[in-house]
Amino acid sequence: MIYEEISAESRARRTLTGTARMLLALKLDGPLLIGLALVAIYGLFVLYSASGQSIATVIRGAIRLGIGAVAMLVLAQVNPNFLRRTAPALYALGIVLLIIVDVTGYVGKGAQRWLDLGFIRFQPSELMKLAVPMTCAWFLHERPLPPSPLTLLVTAALILVPAGLVVVQPDLGTGVLITIAGGLVLVMAGLQMRIMAALAVLGVIGAWVGWHFLHDYQRQRVLTFLDPQSDPLGAGYHIIQSQIAIGSGGVFGKGWMNGSQAQLEFLPERQTDFIFAVMGEEFGLLGLAILLLLYLFIVGRALFLAMQTQDTFARLLGGSLALTFFVYVFINAGMVSGLLPVVGVPLPLVSYGGTSMVTLLAGFGILMSLYSHRKLVGS
Amino acid sequence: MRSRSAKDHSPRSFGWRAYALQGLLACAALGLLWRAVDLQLVDHGFLAKEGAARFSRVTKISAHRGTITDRYGEPLAVSTPVDSIWANPKELALAIDQIPRLAQALKVDQQELARRITSNLDREFLYLARHRQPAEAQKIKALGIPGVYLMREYRRYYPAGEVTGHVLGFTNIDDAGQEGIELAFDHWLAGEDGAKRVIQDRFGRVVQDVESIRPARPGRDLVLSLDLRIQYLAYRELKAAIRQHRARAGSVVVLDVTTGEVLAMVNQPAYNPNDREQISARTYRNRAATDIFEPGSSIKPFVVAAGLASGKYDAGSIIDTSGVIRIGRWQTEDEHDIGRADLTTILAKSSNVGMARLALSLEPQQLWETLTRLGFGRVTTSGYPGESAGLLSNYTHWRPIGIASLSRGYGLSVTPLQLAHAYATLGAFGISRPVSLVRVDEPVEGERVLDAEVSRTLIGMLEAVVTAQGTGKRAAIPGYRVAGKTGTAWKAVAGGYSTDRYMAVFGGVAPASRPRLAAVVVIDEPGAGKYYGGEVAAPVFSEVIGGALRLLAVPPDDAVAEPLDKAPVSDSPLLQAARRQ
Repeated sequence: MIYEEISAESRARRTLTGTARMLLALKLDGPLLIGLALVAIYGLFVLYSASGQSIATVIRGAIRLGIGAVAMLVLAQVNPNFLRRTAPALYALGIVLLIIVDVTGYVGKGAQRWLDLGFIRFQPSELMKLAVPMTCAWFLHERPLPPSPLTLLVTAALILVPAGLVVVQPDLGTGVLITIAGGLVLVMAGLQMRIMAALAVLGVIGAWVGWHFLHDYQRQRVLTFLDPQSDPLGAGYHIIQSQIAIGSGGVFGKGWMNGSQAQLEFLPERQTDFIFAVMGEEFGLLGLAILLLLYLFIVGRALFLAMQTQDTFARLLGGSLALTFFVYVFINAGMVSGLLPVVGVPLPLVSYGGTSMVTLLAGFGILMSLYSHRKLVGS
Repeated sequence: MRSRSAKDHSPRSFGWRAYALQGLLACAALGLLWRAVDLQLVDHGFLAKEGAARFSRVTKISAHRGTITDRYGEPLAVSTPVDSIWANPKELALAIDQIPRLAQALKVDQQELARRITSNLDREFLYLARHRQPAEAQKIKALGIPGVYLMREYRRYYPAGEVTGHVLGFTNIDDAGQEGIELAFDHWLAGEDGAKRVIQDRFGRVVQDVESIRPARPGRDLVLSLDLRIQYLAYRELKAAIRQHRARAGSVVVLDVTTGEVLAMVNQPAYNPNDREQISARTYRNRAATDIFEPGSSIKPFVVAAGLASGKYDAGSIIDTSGVIRIGRWQTEDEHDIGRADLTTILAKSSNVGMARLALSLEPQQLWETLTRLGFGRVTTSGYPGESAGLLSNYTHWRPIGIASLSRGYGLSVTPLQLAHAYATLGAFGISRPVSLVRVDEPVEGERVLDAEVSRTLIGMLEAVVTAQGTGKRAAIPGYRVAGKTGTAWKAVAGGYSTDRYMAVFGGVAPASRPRLAAVVVIDEPGAGKYYGGEVAAPVFSEVIGGALRLLAVPPDDAVAEPLDKAPVSDSPLLQAARRQ
């Protein structure tokens, strides 16, 4: 067995406070937990304002947060070996579910992202956000690094097949996120510089070719991103309104529950994808900087935890989870502030609704598990 | 084993990549921060202004149009608040799936609504429905369809409907006066819309009033001279007469002799101004002020007035009315030859020959001046829009044939209002007081245009018209002495005069001892057999003025026995009481 649990003796050798002891027992990481909690609480405050002072919405958000926290707690206890072994099976299950969703969506002639299991609506694409990096890490873990061309091709297929299935749902945003999550594993696994350069060239060509395969509304999003004013009442409306909301907030913001653009409903999707703009309007540059710092702290701590792990699977997966989290932040904040096209990615831990909160916290659960079950070297 | 080697390998290979990734991460974070600074510091001013442009709106505060009342404050025209529903087609087009709901709520055709919106996409304002009840409009608003807004407006309501329709005129849908008093006094009645700055949300709901930019100045109220009771009486009697005699049209004007105020002014056919469907040029015309007609014999008292004023004649002056008057190819004679008769009888019997001989013996200038000073050929001071001045040519153009025609009311045209005013001047013993549609509170000085003695004499002569022997006996009012004159004029048609189409006229004042009211009744083309002014118009005068005098509590001035003989048909309580005495 590669992994050893932290022994009772090693724990006893340190002087630990009660809280730390409890966290250790729960396999949780204190600083990361604090970072996540701060963002989540900050988010709930903003949600209260963004929902028009709806305490019910805040409670539902908190419940979803609680479910995520439970998922995190449970996954933190799971041995990474088990995760590694089950990764391919999870991946296969995800592929099958994605195909089912695509087929039913095709039959039903419309966008289809979830499976209705009767008691719950389940999005296989959310599962893939975790399953793809896990599987990539599992695959690369057993192979010499930097990866050989064949390994590279197989990994690329592992990433692009589910991503493609998600994109045709159609859900470009999640497809991109899955690709990035898998791609980050590859990069950390030691992808050669020249291959990365070649991929960049291929990416440009691919983008040009892919343009012809995009749905009209997806193309529209890209076009609108390039020039929001071209369609100020249509697709450009979101971007223009959110930039106005953020910009009118100024340095110190208009104050909690005082954001005119958000409160008067000029800002669309203000509880979900565009909640970042509500923060910008009500708390200003200061509020956004604090949020960014909190996010950076979380990513930094997550990366630190990933670096502390001792084997390839843990490192690759942990690194990917940490960086993917920041990619979420970057894409959401970027699209809301007009840096990126609108792709429908929620702001991690803050946006209301959807299952991404659960997926994210589950990812952090895995990360904590990787860390707390790391092999102790030199002790 | 393989995995072991991979593990050994990984920390080093992780090294620079970790730094590169961390660098990338830092760049991304800085990028976001830079973007936030760009928006919130650099572009803050512009974006804050853009933001304000979205929620801050200057909206109109509709001013309330003044109320029009009769002389006692009875409301005649009232503005009631209503809501108009309008849309910004650009915004509504985004919620095109809501059109069926909206169409249902508006009770309009769905396709038509969709067509109107899609064909007006370049506009930002489109009325969906005007003047809906506020409760109904609120329901439409409550649908929460983006781009649909309400606007408070006022709708004019005329409680008296047809009865005051002609005098008041009407406003258009934007509450601006279009006809009648509404037009003439528009500047007085119309308020000035105000403006206020409000905060509104995306759905146009006003969340907060920020500041008043300019308060709305409501329109001022207007008190008319009309007495709604007399107006109604005149309306009712005229309508009955028009129906009874199957006449084409008709007018009644009642003036207060002591002030020059118009107490009633009605016309037939009438229309209901509350129903815009009914508004057509034929029905809304206030004929009493706008339409001219040749007055026929009803002008005769004023020709006689000129005669009396000349000093050549008095009430007992004898004129030979026998034979035929021939002027060139034109000739005239009386239906019933009364031979040599005094002026009083000539008026009472309405002798054309007698009148022609009288007029021909007068200085044309003096006759013209008398008529002009009585107001013929000039618009009155009523201020009514579109009022006609009538037609009275200058005496320098007169030839004998014209004077002879004029003496019996042809060759000049008058409006009912003008004629009534002349009778009112006579009733005021020669004092001309300006016609007013607005209540006059101060005593009106007026201008003397006829000698007082002449006026008294003439009134006395006109009383003889309303006796059993006169043409106007049906104008008699029990208990009151009436002075007046009938008129039955051929209507001018292309190429001459029609001999089977008449204007039946009666003009007069009452009570004759001290006139309070003057009135003119004009019935256009009575078509049921009777057509004489004394048969068709005089009874309307009797009913209207009789009722009006009682309403105004004017003391009777007539001995009771006389009217009993003269008007045995009347069976009013007043008369019964008088009979018992």
